[in-house]
Formats: sequence, C-alpha cells, structure tokens
Amino acid sequence: MSSPAAAPQAPAAAPRPPRSRRWLELGLSAVAVGVAMMAYGLVGVATDGSWPAGILGYGAGLGALVLVLHVAVRWRAPWADPLLVPVATLLNGLGLALIHRLDVARDGSFAERQLMWSAIGILAATALLVVLRDHRLLRRYTFTAMVVGLVLLVLPLVPFLGVNINGAQIWIRVGPIGFQPGELAKIVLTVFFAGYLVTARDTLSLVGPKVLGLQLPRPRDLGPLVVAWLASLGVLVLERDLGTSLLFFGLFVAMLYVATQRVSWIAIGLTLFVGGAVLAWSLFSHVQARVTAWLDPFDAEVYAQSPGGSFQLVQGLFGFANGGLLGTGIGQGRPQTVPYAESDFILATLGEEMGLTGLLAVLLLYLVLVERGLRTGVAVRDGFGKLLAGGLAFAIALQCFVVAGGVLRVIPLTGLTMPFLAYGGSSLVANWMIVALLLRVSDAARRPAPEVPAESSPVLPSEQDASATQVVRL
Amino acid sequence: MNAPLRRLAVVVTAMFTALMLAGTWVQFVDAGRLRDDPRNTRTLYEELGRQRGAITTADGTVIAQSDPVDDQYRYQRVYPEGPLYAAVTGTYSVTSGPTGLEAAEDDYLSGSSDRLFFRKISDLVTGQEPGGAVVETTIRDEVQKAAQEGLDGQEGAVVALDPSTGDVLAMYSSPDWDPNLLASHTRSEAAAAAAELDDAEGAPLVSKATSQSYPPGSTFKLVTTAAALESGDYTADSLLDGPATLTLPQTTATLSNDDGRACGTDGHTTLADALRVSCNTAYANLGMALGQDALREQAEAFGFDKALDIPTRVAASRFPADLNEPQLAQSSIGQYSVQATPMQMAMVAAGIANGGVVMQPNLVSTVRGRDLQVLDAPRPTEVGRAVSRQTASTLTSMMEGVVESGTGRAAQIDGVAVAGKTGTAQNGESAPHAWFTAFAPADAPRVAVAVFVENGGRAGDEASGGRVAAPIAKSVMQAALAATEGSAG
Repeated sequence: MSSPAAAPQAPAAAPRPPRSRRWLELGLSAVAVGVAMMAYGLVGVATDGSWPAGILGYGAGLGALVLVLHVAVRWRAPWADPLLVPVATLLNGLGLALIHRLDVARDGSFAERQLMWSAIGILAATALLVVLRDHRLLRRYTFTAMVVGLVLLVLPLVPFLGVNINGAQIWIRVGPIGFQPGELAKIVLTVFFAGYLVTARDTLSLVGPKVLGLQLPRPRDLGPLVVAWLASLGVLVLERDLGTSLLFFGLFVAMLYVATQRVSWIAIGLTLFVGGAVLAWSLFSHVQARVTAWLDPFDAEVYAQSPGGSFQLVQGLFGFANGGLLGTGIGQGRPQTVPYAESDFILATLGEEMGLTGLLAVLLLYLVLVERGLRTGVAVRDGFGKLLAGGLAFAIALQCFVVAGGVLRVIPLTGLTMPFLAYGGSSLVANWMIVALLLRVSDAARRPAPEVPAESSPVLPSEQDASATQVVRL
Repeated sequence: MNAPLRRLAVVVTAMFTALMLAGTWVQFVDAGRLRDDPRNTRTLYEELGRQRGAITTADGTVIAQSDPVDDQYRYQRVYPEGPLYAAVTGTYSVTSGPTGLEAAEDDYLSGSSDRLFFRKISDLVTGQEPGGAVVETTIRDEVQKAAQEGLDGQEGAVVALDPSTGDVLAMYSSPDWDPNLLASHTRSEAAAAAAELDDAEGAPLVSKATSQSYPPGSTFKLVTTAAALESGDYTADSLLDGPATLTLPQTTATLSNDDGRACGTDGHTTLADALRVSCNTAYANLGMALGQDALREQAEAFGFDKALDIPTRVAASRFPADLNEPQLAQSSIGQYSVQATPMQMAMVAAGIANGGVVMQPNLVSTVRGRDLQVLDAPRPTEVGRAVSRQTASTLTSMMEGVVESGTGRAAQIDGVAVAGKTGTAQNGESAPHAWFTAFAPADAPRVAVAVFVENGGRAGDEASGGRVAAPIAKSVMQAALAATEGSAG
C-alpha cells in the first residue's frame, strides 16, 4: 500500500495511456448493488422461506441512486478513483441489509429510514461533486470552516436544540428530525485543518530544542495543538462524547504530522492524549466505567451493573463467538440480543451472521477505501489537496478503529458508529460527502498532466509552487 | 508531504491488522469459551432450535420427545407419559435449564457432544438438519407402572435394579409431577408451575428415590448382619441376647422390640431368627459387640458415604462418625443418624443378590445417533465386593426366612423364592417410615427392589414395613420378573 509505483502519473511509470476506468467503476458498482440485493433477499429466505417481494424495488432504488452518482462522476470528475463509489455502495448496501434483518427480528422500521438517508447522502454527494468544481476552492473558506466547525460542535449544547441521548449531548433536534452535527463537523474541521496547516506548516516545522534525541518544535508554536487538545477535552467534558473527542484530536495530530513531517508532534500529541485520558479517567465516573468494562467485562458485578456495565460489550462478544468462522448465515443468528445492534454494534451483527470471513472482508473494504484516499493524497499535486485527502481518509480509518476496537475489546468502548454500515442519518450523509470530496481530489490527482503546465490550475496559480516542491520530496 | 502520508498508510494498515487479529481472537480462538459462558443465551437458543433427541424406556416407549412448534424455540419438549417418568427424565425448562437425565445426558440429547462431530459434518454436507441423539434408558415400562400403582399416591419412592448389571428397572418418586408444565415456552406459565411445585406438599421436584435420604430402620440390619458374618465370629446360628428391653450403656435410656416382647426362648435368639423377626435388642447388642468401625466399613462397602452419578446424581447415604455406645446401639438398627436413599437400600439388596458384588446403578442403556448408530452403551461396572460369596449366600437364606415366616410375609410370590427385609424407621414425633428391600428369585435373582413409604403412607402410626411396603415390593418384583422372563438371572 505504501508503494506509489502504480500511480499513473508517477514520473517513472511506463508510457501507458492514462485511463479513466469509469466502466470499472460502473461494473463494480453493479456488483456491489447485486451483493447488497442478495444479502437483503437472503434475510427473507432465512426468516420467511421465500425471496422478499421488496427485493427488486430495493435493488432498483439503490442502483438508480448509485447510477445518478456515477453519471455525475462521468460528467464532472471523469478521472476520479474508480474504487471509492463501489466500496462505499457495498458497505452502505450491506448495512441496509443488516438493519433490515434486525427490523425483521424486532419489528422495527430502521431500514426504511436508513434507505431514505442513503438517498439523501448519495444525492448530497452528487450535488457536492457537481457544485464543487475544484477542491482548492475550499481553501478560501479555511477560517469560515473553522467557525462553522466550532459552531457545529457546540450546537448540541444550545438549550432547546440539543438533546441528551444515553448520556451523550451530541444530538440536535429540529421538529421530527434528529441530527448529529459532530459528523458534519468532522468534514468541515478537516477542511479547516488542511487550509490552516498548509499555510502554517513552514512555521510549525521550525526546529526548537532537542530533548532525549527528539527534535522538538519551538514552544511558541505549540499553541494550535494545545487549542485542539483543549477543544477535544471540552467536547469530552461538556458533551460527554469520548469517541468524537478522540477522533478530532487524533485527526489533528495526524494532519499536523503529515504537514510538518515532524515525529515530535506525534510524541507531543500522544503525551497530551495520555495526559488528557488520565485526567478524564480520574475525573469522570462514566470514563472509569468504560475502562472497567473494557478490562474486566466478564466479572459478574461489572456485567450486572446498569447503566455503565459490560452487558452490551459481552453480548456483542457472544454474538461474534456465535458467528465463528463462517457465521450463522444472514437472518439465522440472534443479533437482536445486543442493545444498539443496528448502530454502535452493527459489527457484532455482521460478525454473528457473516462470521469472521464477513468481518475480515468488510474490514478489508474499509482498508481499501482508506488506502485509496491516502493514495489520492500522495498523488495529488497541491499541498491542500494532500492534507484534505489524507485527513479525510485517516478520519475514516480512525473512526473504524475506535468503533471496531471498542466492540472487539481492543480499546475501551466509545460511542461512534461504523461509517456507511451503521444506522444513522448524519453519519451516512457525512460519509457520502467525504466520498464526494475524495472523488473530487482524486479526479485532480489522476487527471493526465496537461501538455502546458499552467493549464492544470487556472484557479489558484500559487499552488504551482507547492506542486514543484512535491516533486523534490518524492 | 508524501513520506508522512505513506507512513500514515502503514499505521492505518497496522490498525486494521490489529482489528483483524482481534476479530480472529474473538470469533475463532476464544469463541469456544464465549459460547460456553452461561450468560450466552444464544447457545441455549441454538440448542432449543435443534431437534433434541428423544428419551425412551428399554421397551421402546418414548418418554420425552421434541415436537416442531411455530414459536421462537422451534421445538417443544413433550413428555407423553406425563408424571410417570418425571424422576427419570427430569424436565427441559427454557427458564431454568434442564434437570434429571435431560441435564445429565444433555450433550447427547442436544447434539453438542463431540462424539456427534462427524455426524454434524455430514449433516452440513447433506443439508440435513442437525439433531440430538436418542437416549434409551434401562427403565422397564411395567415395572415403573407397578411402582406408581403400588405407592398409589402415598409419599415415598421405589427403586428396582437388575442385581447383575446395575440396570435401573424402575425409579419412581411420589408425589410425582408433570414435566410438561415446566417445559412450557410461556415463561410466566413455566415460572408459575415451578413456584407451585416448589411449595407443594411433599416437595415433588426433589426425588425421594435418589436425592433425599431417610433413616433406613431395620433394613439396615442387613448391613449389621453382613458385618457380623464377615467378621468370622458369627454364623446364622450364633446365639444373641434379645431381651424385651435393653437399657443402653452409660444412660437410663432404653431400646425395645417393636412387639414389646423378648426374642426367642428366654431372651436368647439365633442371628437368623433375630433377622427374621427383626429383633432390635439383639441387633443393638450385636452392633456394640462388632464396634462402629466394622459397621462403617461394611456400610461403605455397600456404597454408603459416597455420591453416585448414574448418570443423574444420587446423594450420598450416611453412616455417622464418632458414635458413643448408645448411639452405636441405635445405629446398628438403622436409627440415630443413619441416613439412606432408597437407591442405596436397593443396592444393599442387589449386592447380596449378586453374590456379594455391588454393581453401579445405571440408567442409560444405549445412546444412538439418528442413523441408529450406537454412540455410547455404558458397560456394567462394579462398585466393589461388599461381602464374600459365602456371606451373601448365608444372608440370602436368612432373608428368605424373613419372607417365608417372618416380618416380610406380605412379599411372598407364588412359586418364587423371595428374600427380603422389612424396616419400620422411627422418625421423631412423626409416623414411622415403612421400608422393604428384597430380591427374587432368591436362587437366581433378576430383580432387587427397595420400597420406601414416607411416614407410613395412609397407614400412619399403624404402619410397618411388612404391612405397608412389602406388598408394593411384591407387585414391583412380579412386574420385573414378568418383564425379564427368559433372560438369565
């Protein structure tokens, strides 16, 4: 994955004619829709003994939406990475099938709403792709993005607007529609981080004192990192949201490292993280409860404690174990035993019914998505684009790690959802928009270099310098 | 910025590798432990969803089976014979788990036994729904029915054994109960039935045949006699002192005979006569002469002081420790704190019937997969030799005397020599327990039986082992002899 040799625009590549690979995207998308239809249909076969009547409508609906996006890509981003849309479609479709399967078991109606949110998400991605002709335009809104991002973050704290669900203050409610602004903040703040860091990177890379063989930055440059750290702690304290807090801080540190190439930032970031974690652990009982449930989930007392015990985690692990290597088969397990099986614990549902095989396949799909995003970052020529693509891709990776790691007991459980797979409108819309941004950046990255260099960036000629320095750094 | 991005890609790969390893750990390496966790209701549901194997009697009567139903459990456990075999099968409750043979043979019945592994693989290939194995018990229909009819609603228990193999021919506890009620899939119904049975008169859910022990009274004189004969100092003709009343040493307490009279002529009686008329004072003297260690050793040789799995659990019967002389005198006649299960007293009779060797009681005849292939067939195993062949033979003739002309005459069967011993166990202020333990035919035994009627049943204070328990033992032995006709003793 770390080898860039296959990138079509790498200077050393064979003189192969660049290919847009749009037909590959269409074919793989059709396969993804087909697999999702099969999964959806098998739920009916397993529970009812016959193919469900809605399967064709479901397949046609999902297929039409993806087709709309595909056409938009052909029209406005013909050189975009061909794997992003099929992978996101497959994850979205599998999630829909699993949520439908839980609806069947629990007589719920989550799948309908998830299908509606899928439509909104895909259409939002399409719109973003059509409207945003060049990702570098976003750089103009760096500080607008900061303000919007912070507003989105504090929105759930506004009285009458924010609602407290299961102890976390991360939702807002307008009329009948609930939304998690933190999911959109993820994108907006990545734009801000990218815009800010591409400007500040030279300053932040300056060398300060050397401690224990590690070249530290100048103390006066620590400001932004400390601000990000304090903001993350603020999210944790005020909104009681462990996952979002961890995600933002980790994302910022990673992007800071990419921008500056200074390992010392990671060291300082980790130190601050450990300090913040210890602080949070010693101050807040809900953080302590999470850690206890992680370390000793099978203890009878921890298991029985409610709320804050390990019941959900342990039931999820039972689900995974029940699935074994091959799974019970979709529709044939008992994933509804786990609380929030459709959202936070969708992976346990997947692991139970599709087995370790299905779990590994889905984790690999995420890995493909993330690595394609990172590779887009490597391939694109402008610094802002590199940071944006790398940041968005890493955000997906970190979110997957925090959720799956929590459910599989690698780290303490936090409240985030698997991108595309889990139930949740805000998350779905936000992740489709991330795909749109990655499509946009990858289109710029994969577009064959024009004969006349100046033509490639008519919007912001200053970016040419960044591209020139990149060649040296390759 | 490309170098850090590539390093980031390596970090991301490492993160996902960690997740995949964790998934492999949870779903493959550690999965067995997680599946076996009692809090994992999925395992229970999975077992319930599989067609559980049936339980049958040795005659092929189905006494537990799983019928398909249209609810979340998919199969309903049904006990076609109702309460008759409850003490054997136990029940399969979705609220409180299995009991009885349902619990002891759960691995086979549920189909989760490792011995079914290759069957499961072939089921997977052929697409046949996996199911549990069929457990055939050693219980004989007619013998079990005779036990139920004999007790006729009186509280107590009956155990019948094949002395040469240990096969349990009948095992019945009264009051009986209907396992179907507890197997209900409606949780509230099952819970209500369980609560009602828990509080019911006579504690039906606790098997009086195997789970509870009682003072065995004079049936324990068989053990005392065995200890005397084994010591080499006594024969059937040895003379014992059998006064009407015995003042126990170091006390003013007395011990007297049931009829208030001295045994034999002028208070001297042979050992054989003392057993025949169940002479308390003679046995109290005999026990004190033998000493508590000899009695305890003999009791343990018959199986006392040890719990058994047949494969359902049999509680340990007790011969008390550290007895003083008056307590030893009481214990010699099965009183004080000697405690025995009806199963234990059946083992005493069966051991004598089997030439001195006690066989391990056993409820399971064969376990068969659904392709009828035998997966398990427990072989007869010995608990050990309790007495010599000579002693067993002497005891047999003495016990024949009990039935021919002693306290056990009610157990006589036309044309068959029966060897037996009565027991009427004092039980504090309550009416005495009536006991009878016997085997037949005396020369080539095919059945050994113990009958226990708690607090004398309907006879109450008037009860005696000979009057209340012996007739029941007779009908049970007759049923067993008829059922095993033609098979060698």
